[in-house]
Amino acid sequence: MRLTRAALMPAEDPTIMTLFIQQLFNGLALGGVYCLAAIGLTLVFGVLRIPNLAHGALYMLGAYITYFFLTTVGVPYIAAIGIAAIMLFIVGVGLERLVFHPLRNSPHTHHMIAAVGAMFFFQALAQAIWGADFRRMDTPITGELRILGAEISAQRIVIIVTAVIVLALLALFIKRSIHGQTIEAIEQDRVGASLVGINPSMVSMLTLGLSALLATIAAGLVAPINLLSPTMGDALNLKVFAIIILGGLGSLPGAIVGGFALAIAETMTATYISSAVGEAVAFIVLVAVLAIKPNGLFTKAVQR
Amino acid sequence: MTMLEIRDLGKRFGGLDAVKDVSLDVEAGQITAVIGPNGAGKSTLFNLVHGFYRPTAGTISFKGEDITHSSPHRTVAGGIARTFQTTNLFDDSTLLENVLAGRIVRSKSNVFDAVFHTPRHRRESSINEDKAMEALEFCGVAEYRHDLASNVPQEVQKRTAVAMALATEPELLLLDEPAGGIPEEETVDFGNLIRSLPQRGVSVLLVEHKMTMIMGLADTILVLDHGQKLALGAPAEIQSNPDVIRAYLGSTAQEEN
Amino acid sequence: MNPMKNPRIIGTIAVIILLGLTPLAFAQENYAMRVITVGMCAAIAVYGLNIILGFTGQLNLAQGGFFGIGAYGVGLLTTDYDWSFWAAFVVSVIGTAVIGYLCGLIALRTKDEYFAIFTMAIGFIIFLVISRWEPVTHAHSGVNNVKFPEGGGLIDFESPVAMFYLVFAILLICVYTTYAIRRSSVGRTLLTIRTSEDLADAIGVRVGFSKQLAFAASAVFGGVGGGLYATVVGFIGPDAASIDKTFEFLMFILVGGMGTVAGPLLGSMIVTFLFELFQDFQAYRFIVLGPIIVALVIFAPRGIVGYLGGFVDRRNRRRRVEEARGADDDLDSTGASTSGGTGDHRARNVADGTESGAGRTGGTPSPEETK
Repeated sequence: MRLTRAALMPAEDPTIMTLFIQQLFNGLALGGVYCLAAIGLTLVFGVLRIPNLAHGALYMLGAYITYFFLTTVGVPYIAAIGIAAIMLFIVGVGLERLVFHPLRNSPHTHHMIAAVGAMFFFQALAQAIWGADFRRMDTPITGELRILGAEISAQRIVIIVTAVIVLALLALFIKRSIHGQTIEAIEQDRVGASLVGINPSMVSMLTLGLSALLATIAAGLVAPINLLSPTMGDALNLKVFAIIILGGLGSLPGAIVGGFALAIAETMTATYISSAVGEAVAFIVLVAVLAIKPNGLFTKAVQR
Repeated sequence: MTMLEIRDLGKRFGGLDAVKDVSLDVEAGQITAVIGPNGAGKSTLFNLVHGFYRPTAGTISFKGEDITHSSPHRTVAGGIARTFQTTNLFDDSTLLENVLAGRIVRSKSNVFDAVFHTPRHRRESSINEDKAMEALEFCGVAEYRHDLASNVPQEVQKRTAVAMALATEPELLLLDEPAGGIPEEETVDFGNLIRSLPQRGVSVLLVEHKMTMIMGLADTILVLDHGQKLALGAPAEIQSNPDVIRAYLGSTAQEEN
Repeated sequence: MNPMKNPRIIGTIAVIILLGLTPLAFAQENYAMRVITVGMCAAIAVYGLNIILGFTGQLNLAQGGFFGIGAYGVGLLTTDYDWSFWAAFVVSVIGTAVIGYLCGLIALRTKDEYFAIFTMAIGFIIFLVISRWEPVTHAHSGVNNVKFPEGGGLIDFESPVAMFYLVFAILLICVYTTYAIRRSSVGRTLLTIRTSEDLADAIGVRVGFSKQLAFAASAVFGGVGGGLYATVVGFIGPDAASIDKTFEFLMFILVGGMGTVAGPLLGSMIVTFLFELFQDFQAYRFIVLGPIIVALVIFAPRGIVGYLGGFVDRRNRRRRVEEARGADDDLDSTGASTSGGTGDHRARNVADGTESGAGRTGGTPSPEETK
């Protein structure tokens, strides 16, 4: 997924500065999307110790269901995202119960294979319902804002603002609410947490559901900018994994920093070098990180 | 001859010195024991010698060669084998298969030998089977060789772990609390097994809690306290060392009761 | 046990013979021959997957990519550059080996999840390159008119039967190689890594190096399968390198049995057959396949051969355990003396079905079986 340069007002000539500002905001918006997607994934890893290879597919489903409510049912944009997010939350819980929970004591290869199976299922489902062709999702948010001389599309502003709000709410949730705290507790010490009465199963379900919810918000926000297709989650999947490996599996701050870092790197290289390089950045980062530090850069002491 | 020379060895985790300024000579043909209360750094010492941990200070040399920064598989190839506190076997394999796994490090035949069934491959397979059986018999568990590792009693598992280590043809064997979890009645037998190792050409460095076992087995004892050397000497010396008595023998005697 | 009496070997040979005789039944039906031959190409790739996943326990999600490299290597070299098939095939396989080795350099240091994610990325990159690099790979137009193997005047490979036996011969090599690895210290090494990397390391196994070799081997098998696939079907598209292909291979190996000798072959043929049977539902294939794979992994991860073999192994083990015990009556719970002819042993053990000794015959598999 790539954010292309937004259309410029015909009367303006892009100065170096305005181009930069523009791409910066593109990068920030993309970063917001990546963060929302990455946080869920890293939390799942921290709590379930599983790389959810189906995460990209959840993201894709979230986009399509948002699309469904927005265009077919005719619900307002924000509401569509909201409903889709809740539905995907349920899907996430279902995924945890039906796929990951039964495999919790199996060798690691098994739950990854199962995740791949789930991924294919979701993709096939989307394809069967909506077809394999690209679809447009039109957003009601139009117009541009003028910031420091650059024209930034309102959609992107909305993405950035929403991402920040959601991230803040999430941080509050995790630090303040009981449910959120259980997530943190389990992440740090599964055995200890269960000893004080925290139910790992509930937390697992909650976490996976939450990851799907966050991914859906991300997808719903960015879908109008890019096209929808059943395979739209594939590239994102790998990028999000690159982000969380970069930031440390299980680390929330790592996911946030990594998400923005990758997004800005992608956007800037795409603008100033070439779009091909921009697309490749995530993979280059992934391969480089794994080559240098095979267990990620900032491995939190995630207990096994 | 000094088999293993440990000089001023240290390992720091964060702000904590798990092991500090430890020096020890392990003589060939002898049984050297390391004792001390929980947390004294005994397992850490093993991990350092074996290569699981990298020392933050000091050196280790084995038969004259510096192995301070060697990785586990290099130290094994070089002739140091080890067992673990919590028995580490391949659960889903039979005891024979487990011990055969110990032969891997001494096997030179590769894929091509296997595929083309070369004379080297046949020879090595035969040697491996023989040596594995021999190790199993030496450790007294040959009759369980076709049982799954997860299905045999704890003591058989511990003996198998020793057999697996012996299969790697070590000159030095690190035994980490080999008698842990073994009922009192069996420790004598187990002690005999350990005592018979030097005759086989395997020097022993062991960590144990069971004082009676140690006193009867060890030629030299190193006492660790908070990662540092408290005393070093023959069992008689250690037993009569006032520091040791005060700090450890009293409490260990209580543990044993 | 005498190899000739080993049910696993007998079973494997039976499957091979059956497969080898299919041209007799289908000689005139080109379509059926092609389906079977393509199935065998996939089986070759699955044998590769078996080495890295079945034996070494590492999930390689790039197998489809290597298959694609093999296919495109042969495809492009024989069409755009007019090479002979054999030259293209050899170069293609070497190319896959090199790429597999290079990827393996990183793979050898990564563990578990990181390895899987890394291979997923590799597979994706390969697919991207093949499906987007228009000038070289023709992107979505694919490659047409891949050459047939040159028969040197002796064999006409345009005949489906000849093609069948070519692939069959190579498949046999794969089966035999897997068998040889399985019962050698090479196989033992890989299996220790699968069971416990840390313990393997502690007993002197070169874990990283072994993983790298296994990965490279997996890539080579994938490339061989892909190269043959290209010439069998004559035209290829980027789907030959896609994650869909990897998924197919996973399906085949799960059904057949990971870590077994006959599993990849059996799984490939059975699932290919089922795919053909349900051809009309092609579009909905993955909707059903996804949950099937999940169900397989949860309920039957050892596959057909895995379970059959496990049954055989348990019987064998019961017998061997008793023999090893000798005439030690304390440990015999069957109530009768354990000495006596082997024939009696087996009959008694199977008949009474009780656990011998100290509850030996639990459900845990040994490496003779699969995980």
